Amino acid sequence: MTAAISTTALRKVYKAPSQKRGQPAPGQSPPPGGYHALAAPNGGGEIVALEGLDLEIAEGEFFGLLGPNGAGKSTTIGILTTRVRPTGGRAFVDGENVVENAAAVRQRIGVVPQRPNPDRSLDVLENLVFHAAYFGVPKGEATRRAGLLLRKLGIEDKARAKIDELSGGQQQRLMIARALIHEPSVLFLDEPTVGLDPQARLGLWDILRELHDAGRTIVMTTHYMEEADQLCDRVAIVDRGKLLALDTTARLKARAPGGTLVLLTLDGDAAAAADVARALPGIDRVEVEEATLRAFASRGGEVIPALIKAAESVGRTVKDIGLREPSLETLFISLTGRTLG
Amino acid sequence: MTTAAPPAYVPGALPNVRRHRVSRSRVFLALLQRDLRVARKELPFFLIRTSLQPLLFIIVFGYLLPKMGFMAGSYTSALLPGILAVSLTFSSVQSVALPLVQDFGWTKEIEDRLLAPVPTRLIAAEKIVAGVIQGFIAAAFVMPIARLIMGPIAGLSLSNVPLVLLVVLLGATAFSSLGLLLGTAIEPQQIGLMFSVIIAPMIFFGCAYYPWAGLSTVPVMKYAVLVNPLVYVAEGLRAALTPSITHMPMIASTAALVFLSILFWTLGIRAFEKRAIG
Repeated sequence: MTAAISTTALRKVYKAPSQKRGQPAPGQSPPPGGYHALAAPNGGGEIVALEGLDLEIAEGEFFGLLGPNGAGKSTTIGILTTRVRPTGGRAFVDGENVVENAAAVRQRIGVVPQRPNPDRSLDVLENLVFHAAYFGVPKGEATRRAGLLLRKLGIEDKARAKIDELSGGQQQRLMIARALIHEPSVLFLDEPTVGLDPQARLGLWDILRELHDAGRTIVMTTHYMEEADQLCDRVAIVDRGKLLALDTTARLKARAPGGTLVLLTLDGDAAAAADVARALPGIDRVEVEEATLRAFASRGGEVIPALIKAAESVGRTVKDIGLREPSLETLFISLTGRTLG
Repeated sequence: MTTAAPPAYVPGALPNVRRHRVSRSRVFLALLQRDLRVARKELPFFLIRTSLQPLLFIIVFGYLLPKMGFMAGSYTSALLPGILAVSLTFSSVQSVALPLVQDFGWTKEIEDRLLAPVPTRLIAAEKIVAGVIQGFIAAAFVMPIARLIMGPIAGLSLSNVPLVLLVVLLGATAFSSLGLLLGTAIEPQQIGLMFSVIIAPMIFFGCAYYPWAGLSTVPVMKYAVLVNPLVYVAEGLRAALTPSITHMPMIASTAALVFLSILFWTLGIRAFEKRAIG
């Protein structure tokens, strides 16, 4: 497999006083209380947003960058999309250096920003046709592609609409259409579902899955565990500019502490049953919340009969049983000591 | 011998053909087309924004005051080139600076152009060229109206058209580049401040409403105003349009405008690049 993206010792340091003027990543504005609040100040008024990031992303991979606000996700995307100049290290997209060959990199990438930033002076179709023109796509061809993309994204009836007439979800779809119209081989999405309602989010997921199935490399930042879990082949967990873990979602979850979570709902208070369960072999930890008993076990399913017996031994009946795979969330908490928020 | 049909476009599908690099001039033209399309949509507002103030001036100083006898009729000969200079330069500054302040400041709309596969300085240069074109349009709009309101203008000569065009081109370039510099440096909250602190003094001390030679009565002013770029546009237009009025030597105003164009162009593009790439 060829690497679609690779970075070596990528570093980015912002000068602290430039917080107001030279924004860290134009367009991908810093999250509220972002870098500045969280990143470790490096002595003389400098803020380290990225501290030696090494990544290798394969062609066709759906890659997730997961981390809380201020982790350095947007800075990473900013550098890879040629919009942020790295302080140190190197980064390549499709074999082209993002600093020395920025124009060639731009030709190969599509970018969906954190907040939709359509050209409000133009209507929906014009947004797409002009964007295609910036990449040398002739007008007739661009118009045809725009029509097909709008239909695919379910907003073909909005072709002649002004931007203000679109909902947030529709604007995000327009951003995706815009990012695709020049046929990029790598698609970047910076927290694409922030601010979308659940339905729009699921719709977006379907679109992304389809794009991924077509073989396109996708790099997405998110601070939603579920999103990374649902979509990504591999996930990098970053915090404070450093890579904390990088693996497939399944393997990352296997590293989560406490193994599988077994959820038992009883017909009454579960405290007594929990006392019995704690003594069972193969069970790492037991938590109780009213009628719910949560047991963490390294070999999840195998402990279920014993747990049922434990409940029955104190006169309770099990009304419901659930199994939860080890989650990225639990891993993240154990790695960073913080939740994603 | 088969001719390969162009691959059908499947929305969202991955291209299987290695793309050619797009020519810079083609991207440049697309960017320019976008700005001109937007300018055309906003043409009435653009003309009102850039021409109303000069037109009001023409009515009061070029028509009413001479008619009341407070001003000599010959004043209009000094005023016309100055009015043209103001319309030209400030439409150039505004048409570049105002959208940029908004784009960089909060809407981030310029992002899609910053992703165009060309060097960022080319995107900046396009902004200047679009500003120059809009400056020309404003001047071409105000000129006949001014002539209409002021009536016959003593000493107005249209024999120096190439010279007029040269001054207009240089003035528009210098001020569009200045617009780029201001547009990248100024925060949205400071737009009002830009007008009252930079633009208004520039207009009043720009020798637009009086010839530079007239300042001989206040020698300190005469040399102080030389830092004001507008002076050279106004005086250059006087030299070209109303040569009988005492004016700065054409060579001096032209040389100054060439120098200012290069200076602001360089600074403006550098500032834009710095702002665009974090």
